[in-house]
Amino acid sequence: MKQNSAKVYWKKNIYYLFILLSIWFLVSYGAGILFKDELNKVKIAGFKLGFWFAQQGAMYVFVVLIFVYVRLMNKLDKKYGYDD
Amino acid sequence: MMISIFFLNLIGVQQWTYILVGITFSLYIGIAIWSRANSTKDFYVAGGGISPLANGMATAADWMSAASFISMAGIISFAGYDGAVYLMGWTGGYVLLALLLAPYLRKFGKFTVPDFIGDRYYSKTARLVAVFCALLVSFTYVAGQMRGVGIVFSRFLEVDINTGVIIGMLIVLFYAVLGGMKGITYTQVAQYCVLIFAFMVPAIFISFQMTGNPIPQLGFGSTLADGSGTYLLDKLDGLSTQLGFSEYTQGSKSMIDVFAITLALMVGTAGLPHVIVRFFTVKNVKDARKSAGIALLLIVILYTTAPAVAVFARTNLIETVSNKNYSSVPQWFKKWESTGLITFTDKNNDGLIQYLANKDTNELIVDNDIMVLANPEIAKLPNWVIALVAAGGLAAALSTAAGLLLVISASVSHDLIKKIINPSISEKNELIAARLASIGAVCVAGYFGINPPGFVAAVVALAFGLAAASFFPAIILGIFYKRMNKEGAVAGMLVGTITMLLYMIKYKLGWFDEVLPNKSEWWFGISPEGFGSVAMTLNFIVSIVIMKFTPKPPNEVQDMVELIRIPSGVGNAINH
Repeated sequence: MKQNSAKVYWKKNIYYLFILLSIWFLVSYGAGILFKDELNKVKIAGFKLGFWFAQQGAMYVFVVLIFVYVRLMNKLDKKYGYDD
Repeated sequence: MMISIFFLNLIGVQQWTYILVGITFSLYIGIAIWSRANSTKDFYVAGGGISPLANGMATAADWMSAASFISMAGIISFAGYDGAVYLMGWTGGYVLLALLLAPYLRKFGKFTVPDFIGDRYYSKTARLVAVFCALLVSFTYVAGQMRGVGIVFSRFLEVDINTGVIIGMLIVLFYAVLGGMKGITYTQVAQYCVLIFAFMVPAIFISFQMTGNPIPQLGFGSTLADGSGTYLLDKLDGLSTQLGFSEYTQGSKSMIDVFAITLALMVGTAGLPHVIVRFFTVKNVKDARKSAGIALLLIVILYTTAPAVAVFARTNLIETVSNKNYSSVPQWFKKWESTGLITFTDKNNDGLIQYLANKDTNELIVDNDIMVLANPEIAKLPNWVIALVAAGGLAAALSTAAGLLLVISASVSHDLIKKIINPSISEKNELIAARLASIGAVCVAGYFGINPPGFVAAVVALAFGLAAASFFPAIILGIFYKRMNKEGAVAGMLVGTITMLLYMIKYKLGWFDEVLPNKSEWWFGISPEGFGSVAMTLNFIVSIVIMKFTPKPPNEVQDMVELIRIPSGVGNAINH
């Protein structure tokens, strides 16, 4: 039983990691590098969007991603009784 | 009010610098005495009970070096869009740290990175390779920091660089030897406050001056304050192309190289031992995750301001000097010219400063570092703000140097002496060994600071590339791939590290050839700075292939991996 719940917990963790790291990749390597020229055609205030993602936006998303992960994992820990 | 402003401006930059540096240094020393270490656990991991906020602040200060504080904004202001490799590269790694490394390493609960590698791969060879990599990475990095301390001292206090290095050595020696990780942690908390204040104050002033918006992150996307309605970035793009540079928001590196450098810096960040070890100092897994988030938030405050400073400074510089008469340049220009950081040669003898992209007609060479150091003067800010930048630069350099020295001393006293040479050493003697090792490390670092080896310029790239190519795959596979065994991990680390070193020596230092090979010879068009990502990939491949042909790890190691994956039952960092 204990063994099994550890497995389910780990699977769920991997699932979260997959989602969050996909976003991590999309905002930095995607929006900031690979698709920056397309995004640069869009302008918000003085910022070309691709440039903004590379020098501002990606970093804001990074911070949010970590705090989302903290929340998700705290909930998951509680559900499986791993929160001491 | 008026009188106090008058009084504030009466004191010169020099006096202000002495006052601010004096106050901050006494603060650091005071903290070190108050928080000195009494046990090896205090010394290595600060007793393991640091709060997530304090650890986040300490991690941020530990992480942001003299390079982040002094050089980064300047590098970006000359690189334009390409500067994003540093911005994303040096922050994105924290996502990897928080999600893939910190929680599990905290659960593992020992003192150092080689501890993890040695136990997970049940082998002294693996531990030795890890110790070697940790020392290599930390020494290359710390030499640059000591040099940074010397440079800041020499520029602001008018002592020579070597005297500056020695003063820096003595200060770091005092609080690292006395306080160990515990002393370092609390001084770093203070240093974070000093450095972020020192970075933000001039940025806010200048942002308001140029755009009317006091928030730099928004200011550099706003219109100019002169009422013309032109966006600042459009203006800078225009100025840049007029002078023959590529458009500021476009950059000039190839896409694959930008991709590779960003990846190498991200992964390198996550693999740096002095950053990883900070997550051993908190109470449990939950706190480890949280403090990674806080650390990144605190880092991002500076990292999102830096590109704004870069744009302000670049625009200011071009407007102040381009096509202006040399005889009428402002005083700061002459001052920095005397330090050799700005050089002007009037090639066509017309008395005007031609600042152009074309190397043959360009008459002005400006060092990267000027952009942060001289920015307050260029923007005509008060003397105390200028002095503040000196105190901030020193805080940044000292905090990083101290963190690195601790990794070096722990590698020697714990990983080498306690775990390999003399396992029966008593706790008291291990603590003495740790202190002696940090004294030794400071002396070596100081020596390199005074006699910088020729490869100092390559140092940062090398340190990150090595961290990416050596530790990162071994740790990730150790946590996420239960089947990974010692043969695979050791082979991977060796192949990754050696490939990285060879590529660096060939394409960055040029030691294999008469002249430095041309860019066109780079593998896949990837620069030495970005090669860490290739070496890392190679490490992963070699590890997995070798693992397939060698026996499974023993059962107790597989059980240990199961245990690391579950956050509960951490207890304190175990003294084993």
